[in-house]
This record gives sequence, structure tokens and C-alpha cells, in this order.
Amino acid sequence: MDLSNFFVTGDPLILGSQIAIGLTMVGLVVLITYLKKWKWLWEEWFTTVDHKKIGIMYIIAGVLMFFRGGVDGLMMRTQTSRPNMEFLDAQHYNEVFTTHGVVMILFMAMPLLIGIINVVMPLQIGARDVAFPKLNALSFWTFFVGAMLFNVSFVIGGSPDAGWTAYMPLAGKEFSPDIGNNYYAIALQIAGIGTLASGINFIVTILKMRAPGMKLMRMPMFTWTTLVTSVLIVAAFPILTVALAQMSLDRIFGAHFFTVAAGGDPMLWLNLFWLWGHPEVYIVVLPAFGMFSEVIATFSRKNLFGYATMVLSIVGIAFLSMLVWVHHFYTMGNSAAVNSVFSITTMMIAIPTGVKIFNWLFTMRKGRIKFSNAMLWSLAFIPCFTIGGVTGVMLAMAAADYQYHNTMFLVAHFHYVLIPGVVFAVFAGLYYWWPKMFGFKLNEKIGKWHFWLFIIGFNLTFMPMFFIGLDGMSRRMYTYSESTGWGPWLLLSAIGAFILAAGFAALVYNIYWSFRYASRDIGGDPWDARTLEWATASPVQEYNFAVVPEVSDHDEFWNMKKAGRTKIKREDIKDIHMPSSSGIPILFSIALGIVGFFLVFEWITLAAIFSVLIIAGLIANSFDYDDGYHIPAEKVWETERKWRGDL
Amino acid sequence: MASHTSTPLEYSTKQNEMNILGFWIFLGAEIVLFSTLFASYAVLEGSTVGGPAQGEIFVLKDVLIETFLLLTSSFTMGLALHQMRDNNKTAMLVWTVITLLLGAGFVYFEINEFIHYVHEGLTMQTNAFGSAFFTLLGTHGLHVSLGIGWVLMLIIQILRRGITAVTARKFFIVSLYWHFLDVVWIFIFTFVYLKGLM
Ligand code: HEM
Ligand SMILES: [Cu+2]
Repeated sequence: MDLSNFFVTGDPLILGSQIAIGLTMVGLVVLITYLKKWKWLWEEWFTTVDHKKIGIMYIIAGVLMFFRGGVDGLMMRTQTSRPNMEFLDAQHYNEVFTTHGVVMILFMAMPLLIGIINVVMPLQIGARDVAFPKLNALSFWTFFVGAMLFNVSFVIGGSPDAGWTAYMPLAGKEFSPDIGNNYYAIALQIAGIGTLASGINFIVTILKMRAPGMKLMRMPMFTWTTLVTSVLIVAAFPILTVALAQMSLDRIFGAHFFTVAAGGDPMLWLNLFWLWGHPEVYIVVLPAFGMFSEVIATFSRKNLFGYATMVLSIVGIAFLSMLVWVHHFYTMGNSAAVNSVFSITTMMIAIPTGVKIFNWLFTMRKGRIKFSNAMLWSLAFIPCFTIGGVTGVMLAMAAADYQYHNTMFLVAHFHYVLIPGVVFAVFAGLYYWWPKMFGFKLNEKIGKWHFWLFIIGFNLTFMPMFFIGLDGMSRRMYTYSESTGWGPWLLLSAIGAFILAAGFAALVYNIYWSFRYASRDIGGDPWDARTLEWATASPVQEYNFAVVPEVSDHDEFWNMKKAGRTKIKREDIKDIHMPSSSGIPILFSIALGIVGFFLVFEWITLAAIFSVLIIAGLIANSFDYDDGYHIPAEKVWETERKWRGDL
Repeated sequence: MASHTSTPLEYSTKQNEMNILGFWIFLGAEIVLFSTLFASYAVLEGSTVGGPAQGEIFVLKDVLIETFLLLTSSFTMGLALHQMRDNNKTAMLVWTVITLLLGAGFVYFEINEFIHYVHEGLTMQTNAFGSAFFTLLGTHGLHVSLGIGWVLMLIIQILRRGITAVTARKFFIVSLYWHFLDVVWIFIFTFVYLKGLM
């Protein structure tokens, strides 16, 4: 790597971003120093091991990444809004769709979901934290460092440009000699460590830390989906780890896993990538299903219809999701027999998914539905997601997929599952749990703007893609001629994209407005909800529960309210043990980031030297015997009196 | 104290129980990781273009020595754990050090083996077989080396703190890790070496 290419130069858009990034960084540092907030940041946030704060940091990072990925999306839709448009050149377009895909799936969807899980799941099961709080902080910081490493690529060294799927041999050294794809291989690897750790952490938390009486089949549905998603993470992420390692070895150390001339096999990448990639789409959609289940039950004022079949179908979906990966490359030389098998397994996924859809509908049936914003997102999810699912079954037919594969039809399909499935869920979840996190609600009126702009924008953007896809437009095309007739559809799609962006802006405005003006007097349970997280204060006390509740049935908080069992007694409160903050997770992750950065630039010696930092981190952690501290019962009692008022 | 019928020390606290369960799940992830490496090796083992084939370079004697060292180290690790359960710190540490020496011996012979292959004209850069072979073996060897460092840390901690609930839990976990690597080696021995020599 030649140092003169260190910064990306020559494109006014990128120069603008470089200046903007530089100024923002300087501005932030000056501002924080001026406000004397460094100590506070370090002590309250950077070193925190509190699951709620970690969750909030995940959510903030996820929203920022949503913005970044969204800008990529707008750039693409602008470029294709008219035939022969000259806004982005081919290379820049390649980079933008690549970073868009990676950022949206790994750095937007994953952190937003893991963030909400972090905040909510321990509360739902009546726990005081996750099983391994320090590991939880490590998860966040490795994700964050990985995300930042990936994001600097477009100003330092150049972005990856081989698609979020990074197919070999295109993404190999021979056809992508620039370092862009090194960023892909290394940054995803670093972030992946954190995800795996989260998976393990959540499984142990759910299996071992449930409140007394909460049997597995009494857990809230969101907790169930978290458990199953975590199992999928543990089963699928190591495959990505190996695939990325092989890619790094090929690109940086001259190995030949994927180079045909030396006996390598590009199909190995495809198989490994999708062996992780298909489960990954269910890793993100299952927790989303869980959120809808909670929201729909609360605002229909009924318990969830068909709890047991819900659980069964989640497990069924997770199991099947490991058996369908070949449907991503039906067209790449499999025998008809192989394609048929994977066609069938793929279509089978529609069965448990359909069961869930009907369960949600039956939950609402005869319910007294309250059309809050959280509920609106859940209602919109059902028809939109069904369109995505039905087109998925179309794609699942191998013979027909020769027509659809890699067209805009496919692009429309996965946006119709991912956006209603994940993004709507995150919005529903944010509106619903926002008061738990921050002690005030988001404004419902501005929320309606957010909702309608986003829903209209979403459908306008992606619905036309079904038609131009069937008409033969392949995905990832950066330009087209007028004679194709796609112009009007793509213009519509571009307009939709800007409406969608306006919806996002409305959300940001809503956050700002509510932060300034919304009422802080909302109590612990503003929605009259059903599960245990609502038995705590809003925002939640650092120790979560003064007295761990005893659980006798589903929807325990609902039962507690009905039976008048929400009060606590002074003599039940004991000293509460809390884990101490730790600087190790953030420092260790930064060390990983430094070594990763050198590896991206193929400065092997430097990377080797700085690996000492990683080892030092491991040793420091091994010798860390901090046992945490106790909050005295008296102080807990004070805090409880303050928010409950009636004790 | 040293009774074998009550709950062992490493399981004596809730946090310990959770750590051990968490580590078992981590080992599950490790199984997936090594399975993927084995699968990649199975796909690429025939791709020996421009380099020697397995049968031409594998030396059964060296491999048997490595196998012997690692399997024995697993046994001595078990003995160390047994002494830990008996609250016998000195004997525990003696067996642990022996385990470490055997592990280091394994790594030494493995590095020698790799050097031998390089002389025979097989590196990670030679062909796809070389890449898959060195990655699989290298990942295992790296795990063993990390394990050695990890056990060293624990020896220091046990010297300083004695056998407590925390050190016992840490040691139990590292022993699980060690046995796991042993099992992986048995698969390597069978599916890489024996198969390659057939
Ligand atoms: C009924 C359920 C579903 C079925 C039958 C289905 C089927 C398929 C098939 C066959 C493909 C490959 C098409 C091709 O490449 O030609 C595909 C692609 C895709 N699906 Fe689905 N799908 C379903 C649900 C989902 C869900 C729930 C998500 C995510 C939350 C999802 C995300 C994706 C993505 C991201 C791709 C394309 C990735 C790419 O090539 O870049 N799908 N789906
Ligand atoms: Cu798939």
C-alpha cells in the first residue's frame, strides 16, 4: 500500500465528506472538553457494564448507521432516477451499494435489535443484569470498533465494492486489487466477535437468570425470540468467522482458498457465506417478531393468541433456516435434484411464518385495539411483510428463480421482508419501550407523520422494483437507456426514497421534540402493559428490581396488577449486588481496531507488533478480580419510595 | 471439604455455574468453527496443483509423537483437576506444569512438522490444499498455544490465591478447553493424516 493513496482523493462528494467528518470530530472534541464531560462520558458510558446503558449505546449507534446507510440508498436512487444519469460513476455506485448492504444488515439492523434486547430482555425475565456484564460491554465495543473501521473506508483507503455478498473471485485480489475488500474482511470479523459473545451471553441469561416461577413456557414472547435468535447466532456466526478468515488469508497473505488457478473453489465462499447469511436474515427477523408479539398483545389488551404454537413456529423457522442456503444460488450449477430439495425446504419456511401471521391476527380479533404508534407499525407490518413472504415463495421455486434471480424483483423481495420485518419492528419497539429507557414518551402526533411518510415512501420505493425486475432489470445496474422503459418506475422509486427519508427525519425531529417538551410524569407503566419490564420505574433504576418478583403465569405483570400484588415491602429488600464498571472492554476493542486497521493496509509487521496490546488485554482481564459492590437496602428503599410515591 | 459427593467447588456459586454453562456454549460455537474448517479441507484436499500430495510429505512418526504428547497432556490435565477437587494445591500444580510441558512439546513438534513441509515445497501459498491444511492445523495449534498462555496465567493466580471458588472455576473451564482441543486433534489425526496416508 502506497502512502499517497492513504486518503481517497479526486471526488468532490468524498472531499466534502472528509471535510465534514474532520470538522465534526474536532467540533465534538472541543464541545466535550468545553462542557467538561470527558470524565462523565468515561465513567458513565464508556466503561459501563449496565445492560440498559449498553443497550442505549447500541441503539444510538444503530440510528447513526441507519442514517449512513440511508444516505447510500438515496445516492443510488438518485443515480437511477433518470436514464443515463451522471451523478455517480460505475465504480462509485459499486462502492455505495456494497456499503449500503453491509451497513444496513450488520451495523443498523443487528445493533438496533441487540440494543433493544439488551434493554428489555433482562427486565422481562426479572433479572438484575445479563449473565456476563463485562462481556456485554465487550460485545458493544467490538461491534462499534468494527463498524467505525468499516465506515472510515470511504475516506481512507477506499470502500469495498464487490457487494455485501462479496462473491469470490470478484472480491479476491485478482479482480479487486485495492484494499477496499480488506475492510470488509477485517471489520466484519471484529464486529462478529461481539455478536457471538452477545449470543452466548443472552442464552445463559435466559436459561439461568429467570425470576422464580418463570418456566420456559411462561416467558414473554420477545424473550423466546431472543433465545432462539441467540442459538442461531452461536450456530451461524462461526461459519462467517471462518469464511472471513479465509478471505483475509487469500487477500492479505496470498492463500488460495478461492483462486481457481491454484485449485481453490469460489463456490466454497458462496456456500459458507449463505450458510451464515440465510440464518442471519432470521437472526434479525425473529426478535422483530417478538417485538410485534408484545406490542400487539398490549394494545389489543388481550394475551397472545396461540402462545405454544408461536414458540413452536419460532423454533421451526430457526431449524429450517439452517437448511435452505442453496436457494441463493439455484442458478450456479447445482443438479436439479439438489435444487428441488432446497426448493422444498425453502417453501416449508412459509408454513411456520404463516402460523405466526394468523396468531397475530387472532390476537387482535375481538380485542379493544388502541391505535398507538407502536401498534400502527405492527399493523402495517402484517400486509407489507406478507407481500415479502409471498414473493419469497415465488423465488423459492428453483425453475422460476432462473427468471427472478439477481433482478430487481429479488431486491424488492428482500426489502419487503427486511424493512417491515426489522425496521418497522424497531420503530414499534422504540415507541413502545422509549418511556422505559428515557422516562418520557415519544410524541404521538409527530409519530403519525413519521409513520405515514415512511409507509408511503417505503411502498413507493420498493413496489416498482417488482415490476421492473420482472421486466428484466438486473440488480446493481448503475445506468440504463431510455428505451428500456424503466425510467418512470425508477423515478417513482426515487421519489419514494426521499419521502421515506422525510419519514426518518420526522423520527429524528420527534426524538428532539419529545426530549425537550414531553411530560416526564408517566409512571412505570404508561401503556397499561402486561410483562415484567413495566413493573420497574421509567427510566429503570440501576438495579432493575428492588425485590425480584415471583412468577405464576404468562403476562405476570398483568396478573400482578389485577391481583393488586405490585407493592413491595421494606423488609423484603436486601442489599443488592452490582457489577463494577470496567475499562478493559473498550481498550481491548480499540486494540483490536488498531491491529485490524494495520491488517487492512497489509502492514503485517505493525499489525504483529500491536497484537501485543491484544494479548495484554487478555492478561489484564485474566487478573481482574473485581467483585462488584453492593447498594445498601436503605438506599434501594429510598429510590423505590421516590418513584412509587405510595409506599 | 474434599468430599466428592457434594457440589464441586467450581459449581459452588451461581456466577460460576453461569460461567461454566457459557463456556460450554462457546465450545458449541468452536465445534461449528472447526466443522467449517474440516469441511473446507474436505473440499480442497485434492487440490494439490503444483505441490506435493499428502502421502508424499506426511511423516507418520512425527504425527504419532504429537498425538501421544497431546493425548497424554489431556490425561494429566484430568489428574490436575482431580487434585484440585481434593484441594491438593501442590499436586495440582505439578500435574498442571506437566500438562503445560506436554502441550509445549506438541507445539514444538508441530512447528517442526510445518518447517518440514515448507522444505518439501508446501506452504499456505502453494495451492488450495496448502491453504486449507495450514489453516485447519494452524487454528488448532494456535488454540493450543493460547491455552498454554492461559494456563500459565492460572498457575500464577492459583499460587497467589490458592484454590478458591473463582480459581477452581477458571481452572475447570480451561480444562474443558484443553480436552476439547484434544478431541479436535483426534479428528485431525483421522481425517487429515490417516486419510492422507491411505
Ligand atoms: C417465506 C419466507 C421466505 C422465502 C421463501 C424466501 C426466499 C428467498 C429466496 C429463494 C431468495 C433468493 C432469490 C434469488 O437470489 O434469486 C431470497 C433472497 C433473500 N431473502 Fe428471502 N425468503 C423469505 C423470507 C425472508 C426474510 C424473512 C428475510 C429477512 C428478514 C429475507 C431476506 C432475504 C435477502 C436479504 C435475500 C437476498 C440477498 C442477496 O442476494 O443480496 N427473506 N429469499
Ligand atoms: Cu435465504
